[in-house]
Amino acid sequence: MDFLSYLISGISLGSIYAIIALGYTMVYGIARMLNFAHGDVIMVGGYMSFMATTRFGWHPLLSVIFAMIICTVLGIVIEQLAYKPLRAAPSLAVLITAIGVSYLLQNAALLLWSANPKSFSSVVPFDSLRLFNGKLIISGTTIVSICVCVIIIMTLNTIVNKTKIGKAMRAVSEDKDAAQLMGVSVNRTISITFAIGSALAAVAGVLLCSAYPILMPTTGAMPGIKAFTAAVFGGIGSIPGAFLGGILLGIIEILGKAYISTQLSDAIVFAVLIIILIVKPTGLLGKKVLVKV
Amino acid sequence: MRRLRMRSSIDNCLTYGLVIVAYVVIRLLLAGGNISYALQGQLVPITVYIVMAVSLNLTVGVLGELSLGHAGFMSIGAFSGAITATLLELLADTTSTTWIRLGLSTSWIRLSLAMLIGGIFAGIFGFLVGVPVLRLQGDYLAIVTLAFGEIIKNVMSILYVGYDANGIRVSMDSANALKLDEGGTIIVNGPMGVIGITKLSSFTAGFILILITLIIVLNLINSRAGRAIKAVRDDKIATESVGISVWRYRMMAFVISATLAGAAGALYALNYSSVVARKFDFNTSILVLVFVVLGGMGNIRGSIIAATVLTVLPEVLRAFNEYRMLTYAVILIVVMLVRNNATLQHVFRQVGARLSKSLPIRRKGGEV
Repeated sequence: MDFLSYLISGISLGSIYAIIALGYTMVYGIARMLNFAHGDVIMVGGYMSFMATTRFGWHPLLSVIFAMIICTVLGIVIEQLAYKPLRAAPSLAVLITAIGVSYLLQNAALLLWSANPKSFSSVVPFDSLRLFNGKLIISGTTIVSICVCVIIIMTLNTIVNKTKIGKAMRAVSEDKDAAQLMGVSVNRTISITFAIGSALAAVAGVLLCSAYPILMPTTGAMPGIKAFTAAVFGGIGSIPGAFLGGILLGIIEILGKAYISTQLSDAIVFAVLIIILIVKPTGLLGKKVLVKV
Repeated sequence: MRRLRMRSSIDNCLTYGLVIVAYVVIRLLLAGGNISYALQGQLVPITVYIVMAVSLNLTVGVLGELSLGHAGFMSIGAFSGAITATLLELLADTTSTTWIRLGLSTSWIRLSLAMLIGGIFAGIFGFLVGVPVLRLQGDYLAIVTLAFGEIIKNVMSILYVGYDANGIRVSMDSANALKLDEGGTIIVNGPMGVIGITKLSSFTAGFILILITLIIVLNLINSRAGRAIKAVRDDKIATESVGISVWRYRMMAFVISATLAGAAGALYALNYSSVVARKFDFNTSILVLVFVVLGGMGNIRGSIIAATVLTVLPEVLRAFNEYRMLTYAVILIVVMLVRNNATLQHVFRQVGARLSKSLPIRRKGGEV
């Protein structure tokens, strides 16, 4: 029964990772850049929801929508100011800029909301589910996280495969220049991708803080990097891959914490990343890209 | 070629000259009592950060790969160096051979040995980490170095090392699991880090380490191997096709960079009475990266100046301290935008020819 409850909390954490990983994987697939600041957008989402519920006394659901709007705007602003001017720059420059943005968000949050951890009250109104005479308790947050993740994955998959903007996204990720020649607005497509990714980050932020109710300026950094690991695990650029990678990574982390060592759980996750990149750099569902001279 | 060589040797002399003059000036100021107590405490950290920045510049500027785990190598050096120093001190008390006792009771010999061991250990780790890391490139390489940095930090936080009559004992569990005899000493105590360090570091030792670092790095850059490393940075496939072993030169740069970071870590640890693994986290890696980026990637002298200025500035401007990290973040973004965006560069060129001279267009790393 212990194992089952670990497994379920692993899937729950994994579905949050999967939502974050979607943001990474879409941006990486389309703009070919590692948006290091993605994790910190999660943190901003968490704070926005927290502010909306505690200071303005809004309904939790309304606070989630508020967080999504703010994060979407934030994502677009970051993209326009910091990443768009570097479209033609070497990847090293873009990566350093992204780290700078991540640092900027963290420290701005530190000044705005101080380093004191805020205790976040869950936005999920359901009670825990008790099974097998109370031996197995599944919290409402867990159920909601998993459901939200599945809904998001299905919606995104439909958008990418069925709609016109999805077609544009696929075209840009395949070949930026050719897409431009075919009349696809590359800049607009990249901006929309950022907007979607950031809105998802807000959702992930709220779910993450509901499951682990401590909110700090550095809250998003670690889950962000782990979600990137999940994206790489599943195969970067692939939406089902992000889902699979996220769930697997969540399970690995929780089981590692339970059966190997609490202090080493981060190290285990990172070891997974290293092993994947060495053994199968394209991830579980990724496509191999050849480097041409 | 000869003119190029001339120019680079003049450039190098300028770098050495700058460091030596700065050392002499600070010594004179110290003798005159013109340096505040707080700033005196920063002297050793400044030298440590200079060595860190120069060594990271070797990876980021000269090799053209972003390492986000540089603090991890510093950590390895700090721990192995501090353990070495403590063990040598214990050995000096117990040994019966006179010349060893005399040698080991001299503090600068212990310090040099500690830095040497710290450097060697970090170098070995650099090689071990480099084997998987250097198969990758670009963003993946950066994120894996970050992962290694975090792994090192996590493992160091649960490391316990003790010493008693039966020798060294290591545990990953708890201090009790070391099963030390009576009179045994705990050297590394898990999350509390290395404890009971005798302070050995001095400003002069830091200065000498900087000189050694400069001799190694500058000579490497201007050697055949250095040109090969720069060729790998500029075009990996072209370099490989003319018969230069990409793996070998990438590994060379990476290991040398790690070794120097390890020596700097040992110097850093021996400046305090205890040192914890948490100190060498991602933030420290980023801090050093800011030095490198602000000083100019591939520009060694720039790294030295940036490391010094950005360490001294928060001490001088107390009010600035709160906004320090925020400013660093802005510096990173602005420097990258100005250096890499054609429109912004055009604007700058129009603002003044002098400004554009100091901000030349650099594709990747730039000339060294």
